[in-house]
Amino acid sequence: MNSVALEVRDLVKSFALDGATINAVDGVSFQVKSGEFVALVGPSGSGKTTMLSILAALLTPTSGQVLIDGQDLAQMNEKRRVKLRREKIGFTFQSNNLIPYLSARENVEFMLRLNNRLDRAGRVRSDELLARLGLMDRLHSLPAQMSGGQQQRVAIARALIHNPAVVLADEPTASLDTERAFQVVETFAHLIHENDRAGIMVTHDLRMCQFVDRVLQMQDGKLVRIYDSKQEIMELAQGTLKH
Amino acid sequence: MKSIFLATYLAVKEVIRNKGRFFLVALVIALITVLVLFIAALGEGLSDANRQYVANLDAQLIVFLEKSDYSITASRLETNTVKAVRRVDGVADAGPIYTSNSEIVSLPEPLKISMLGVEAERPGMPPLLEGRYFRGGEAREAVMDMSVALRTDLKVGDEIEIRSTQGTEDEFYTLKIVGLVDEQAYFFQPTIFVPAATWELARPQSESELNSDTPYPNIIAVKLNDPTQVEEMRLRLQNQVSNIEAADIETTINNIPGYTAQQGTVQTQGVFTLLIGILVIGGFFQIQILQKVPQIGVLKAIGSSNFVVGLSAVIQIIVVTAMGVGIGAALNYLFSLGLPPTIPLEFNGTRSLIAIVLLLFIGPLGGMVSIIYAVRIEPLKALRLG
Repeated sequence: MNSVALEVRDLVKSFALDGATINAVDGVSFQVKSGEFVALVGPSGSGKTTMLSILAALLTPTSGQVLIDGQDLAQMNEKRRVKLRREKIGFTFQSNNLIPYLSARENVEFMLRLNNRLDRAGRVRSDELLARLGLMDRLHSLPAQMSGGQQQRVAIARALIHNPAVVLADEPTASLDTERAFQVVETFAHLIHENDRAGIMVTHDLRMCQFVDRVLQMQDGKLVRIYDSKQEIMELAQGTLKH
Repeated sequence: MKSIFLATYLAVKEVIRNKGRFFLVALVIALITVLVLFIAALGEGLSDANRQYVANLDAQLIVFLEKSDYSITASRLETNTVKAVRRVDGVADAGPIYTSNSEIVSLPEPLKISMLGVEAERPGMPPLLEGRYFRGGEAREAVMDMSVALRTDLKVGDEIEIRSTQGTEDEFYTLKIVGLVDEQAYFFQPTIFVPAATWELARPQSESELNSDTPYPNIIAVKLNDPTQVEEMRLRLQNQVSNIEAADIETTINNIPGYTAQQGTVQTQGVFTLLIGILVIGGFFQIQILQKVPQIGVLKAIGSSNFVVGLSAVIQIIVVTAMGVGIGAALNYLFSLGLPPTIPLEFNGTRSLIAIVLLLFIGPLGGMVSIIYAVRIEPLKALRLG
């Protein structure tokens, strides 16, 4: 039985807007286990990105709890949150993902540098990971010299290289064509499972859900439905699910 | 220590991978450096050309005629004042200084000079670099400053002919150069030193002055037994010698006609150029940080601290500024090699050093706003929030 890597308990995030209070995230609870890949879906304004920001320790919730690897984010000051992001979380973003003046290899190794773990073994692991992602001939390429799909694969390698407890992906396929998007998410899912990490992907593209183990659907800040059977997920991804 | 290495790594990588962009900025800083150093050198050069002789005097006090407002040209002392000054307790020695202009005409191009009458081996006569002092009396001998030698082919042993307008006639005098001194420019002109009697004979004179053969010194350079007792001795001299006022060297320099105004103008230009430098560098780095907002957001989101991000920006600014100042200083050096001695630019002065130090500070100062901005960027920018 895999352990719980991420636990969210009755999470609320409110914003004041024109004198009114809006709950961008409204009483959401769920768990993600190590080795599990979860998609967070929902229409624009449903609270997906706000939720991801809280899970990433970038935004403080109004109430509720987020535990990553057993550590409660609410109990941490900013310095500890930075440390947690560095050590326990891996990120891929929608765009501007990589540091533009570092090569593919340097971008991946940068996470090890940040964690003071860049040694010979780390370098070998970084190259192996990039090779697994089909980027062996791109080790010295700068982001601007790579395609969008290649950049996302480098970002995936960077998100996994330091063995984080949780990997968060914010619309990782938004800037990719369909074929590359499928390749990237499939590889991502494969590595999440293989490395026994907990992965959460925010996406508006339901077709990408075919590679995940569970789908969390949000609407108006609430978690309105959880899809956890493979059949349901495949039907959702193919657009054939009957409500 | 880890954070410093990390910040240095990011800063250096970015500069190396964007060589063209940073080189252009360094080049702008280099041009500002050239301008600032040029102004500093001009200030130093003009200052030297104006005050070098007075600043290098082996004396602590200068005696002027009373109410001459410490103006060398306005002061004309009685001949016996020198003896009176020498008799004052605490005075080690005193030497009269007679000033006038003249022109060396025995050259392919006539050279305007300052002709100073002094007594050999007394305060007022600079130390020799080469040759010997002139003999006293009306010896037709002169000691020339290096500033004359640099502008001409004259050397010790040569003869020069000078022209003076006396009354309504031009008179010509031949002088033999017997010695060489250095760094004695006075009132923007190269200098020769002659005995007092020769000075009186050869100086330009009005019709009424022609009947007198007594030289009246403009000022007296006073060397003290105790150089630390300047103020006490100044008051003592004014009390014990009639019709005089005394000033220290700094006051004398500041009262050279036009000196303070000229230096003020040059310094103002220098300060404004530095301010322009701060704005240019500040503007560049601010634009660069604005372009890098998402990238800095990502850096912070993946776990880089504010310290690393801020320090990285500081290191980058220091590296680019140092490169620019280095290139600018090198260009200035090359520039200085080709300058004729008639242009009053002094590149090896303390002002140039101060300017270089200030230039190294304008980068971080100009980039301060962008550094603060970088530190305040929210990591949420990486997630399209914030």
